[in-house]
Amino acid sequence: MSAPATRVPPADGASAHDHPQGANPEKQFHHDAAVKSADLVHREIIRKNMESYDAGHMKGRARFMDWDAARDRCQAIKREAINHLDKYLLQFEENVTARGGHVFWAATSQEARNYIRDLAVRHAVKTVVKSKSMVTEEIELAAALEKVGCTVWETDLGEYIVQLRHEPPYHIVTPAMHLNRTQIAELFRDKFGEPDLPEDPQKLVAAARRKLRQAFFAAEMGISGANFLVADVGAVAISTNEGNGRLTTSLPRIHVAVTGIEKVIPRLEDLATLWPVLATSGTGQPVTTYGTLVGGPKRPGEADGPEEFHVVLVDNGRSSLLGHPEEREVLHCIRCGACLNICPVYRHIGGHAYGTTYPGPIGAVLTPHLRGSAFEHLSYASSLCGACTSVCPVKIDLHHHLLHNRRDFMKAGHGKVGERIRFRLWRVAMLSPKLYALGGWLGRKSLRAIYGLGLSGSLLDPLRAWNRKRATVPVAKESFREQWRKGLGNSK
Amino acid sequence: MPRKVSLFVPCFVDQLLPEVAVDTVKVLRKIGCEVEFREQQTCCGQPAFNSGYWDDARPCAEKFARVFQDAEAIVCPSGSCTTMVRKFYPELLKESPMRGDAVAAGQRTYELSEFLVRVAGVTDVGAVFPHSVTYHASCHGLRELGLKEEPLKLLHAVQGLKLVDMPRYDECCGFGGTFAIKFADISAAMGQSKVENVMASGAEYVTAIDSSCLMHVQGMLGKNKFKAQAIHLASILASDGGRA
Repeated sequence: MSAPATRVPPADGASAHDHPQGANPEKQFHHDAAVKSADLVHREIIRKNMESYDAGHMKGRARFMDWDAARDRCQAIKREAINHLDKYLLQFEENVTARGGHVFWAATSQEARNYIRDLAVRHAVKTVVKSKSMVTEEIELAAALEKVGCTVWETDLGEYIVQLRHEPPYHIVTPAMHLNRTQIAELFRDKFGEPDLPEDPQKLVAAARRKLRQAFFAAEMGISGANFLVADVGAVAISTNEGNGRLTTSLPRIHVAVTGIEKVIPRLEDLATLWPVLATSGTGQPVTTYGTLVGGPKRPGEADGPEEFHVVLVDNGRSSLLGHPEEREVLHCIRCGACLNICPVYRHIGGHAYGTTYPGPIGAVLTPHLRGSAFEHLSYASSLCGACTSVCPVKIDLHHHLLHNRRDFMKAGHGKVGERIRFRLWRVAMLSPKLYALGGWLGRKSLRAIYGLGLSGSLLDPLRAWNRKRATVPVAKESFREQWRKGLGNSK
Repeated sequence: MPRKVSLFVPCFVDQLLPEVAVDTVKVLRKIGCEVEFREQQTCCGQPAFNSGYWDDARPCAEKFARVFQDAEAIVCPSGSCTTMVRKFYPELLKESPMRGDAVAAGQRTYELSEFLVRVAGVTDVGAVFPHSVTYHASCHGLRELGLKEEPLKLLHAVQGLKLVDMPRYDECCGFGGTFAIKFADISAAMGQSKVENVMASGAEYVTAIDSSCLMHVQGMLGKNKFKAQAIHLASILASDGGRA
């Protein structure tokens, strides 16, 4: 049996919230983004996968009579849920508890981790199977369980692949999107000790399935995430395409669902809109293959299901967003990945360069709130093109929230001193047309001189950052205002 | 249609690419507008605004409102600067005494293609441009101002112009203001994809409503020694077939 292993360094009791990966996430980001954006093989794999997503997504949207109305409806549902989070979470808890389930409220990653770890120790759990969950990545759960002797199996195929590679998920919906068939075949041959495994998707899936089945039958604990928490019936709603969610939640003796508090929705009937919209935005499917609702442990007389059912509700910084008048709507996110898929930055640097659990536009908005100022650079790593906002199925104003983040960071004095001084000087010049014209004239003169000496892109070039990557910025001899004065204004 | 038009020239167009503003003047005069240029104008404030320095951007917005207080119609050859004025000033000036004036000025500020098609009701400005051209939809114009059809209508009416499709014509070119400097590697990679798409279209020219995007696209075309040229919509519309 190939032993899966931890993907992230052990957490050592500290939460992700106060313990960012690496010494300097900003430097790391610049480095990784530069490497990935120059990696043409990577770009080609992502382009191909994204184009097939694009086609499916557009086809999926066309199935709706009115896609925009569906988005409006989803936005309204999530707004209602977030505006009354206290009420719906308590209703959810009450319903789950009444059926014999347990609900644990975790203020931090550490609390969530410790609760699940202690549960595993108490029940002498040796094997844990997991279905896909980004929150378990956020709280670095697998490492904590491995520390107490559990073997943790990712059972979503993509997650299993990246786990075998000791990597975090590349994407929140399609974790192994950055790999092609050849790379996966090589990985399986190596890890499974089956040198003759052919590069055939069906055979590869079958090989993974054989491994995972053994894990399912051995596991004492199953850990899932939740796509939604349905308040009025007290159920966890899970979508999967591989059926691994159902096995995870029904075979082991204990089922633990781990999720963020923002996943609650008011009513069962809300799924009628949210489920197809999530599937369409996530993969282009009309609905995800398996929609599972779990509301408690096995009841007397029932053949299947866990003996114990736990829901861990993770806050980990989310409730502080609730108090933010503009950005609380970030909690509407249903983690469909559409904003990642359309984002030209994501498409060029990929998911790992972000160095966060949630990459792409939603990660760029959310991560500084969840993990602090060391991740503020992500809110700047965007051209503000707005493509993300145009596809978000719950209509989060993503790119404008990047602007709000930037404003708040600078207001808090986080800007670099040199930049602050430059903008102050710039402001002085912009408020005086004479100074502006003089500055422009001087700038053009000196740039033309530098270009004339063949020094564009050199250390003497003030536009070096631009010119070393592109053909030189054109510099006019005469500004428009000079031309206007010289006669353009009077001509006809 | 307002006969008197006040020109708002983006600061970098004024300093680096003045021909775009000159061509804008030509086009506006061609359709019978009287064009004025108020020399008190400078920058709309977007570089500071986008970088988070709203306290430095705010006086620029207030200045804009003062300079153009009594202008009947303000026309700008940029979707991005128009977006700053119309869409972002109200939020930036939330607590400023100039907010009312700025919002009103924003309502009278139009991007060039928007002004021609929506306000003046003109699609054929009598231009001649016998070349194949592909269109890049600049992000601010497309997604903030909703300008999808206007530039295309104008291009369709240009005599001799062959409009060709470009893959991912509405994907960002990677400029993004200070983003192009702060994250030069990512920005240039995005620009590379854009110019590869330009070349895939087979067009001689790539046009857009924003000089900022075009400056970036031209920079990437030049770096690759690709033959296609970037040209502002205003310059195509001002063309009589003689220049290329």
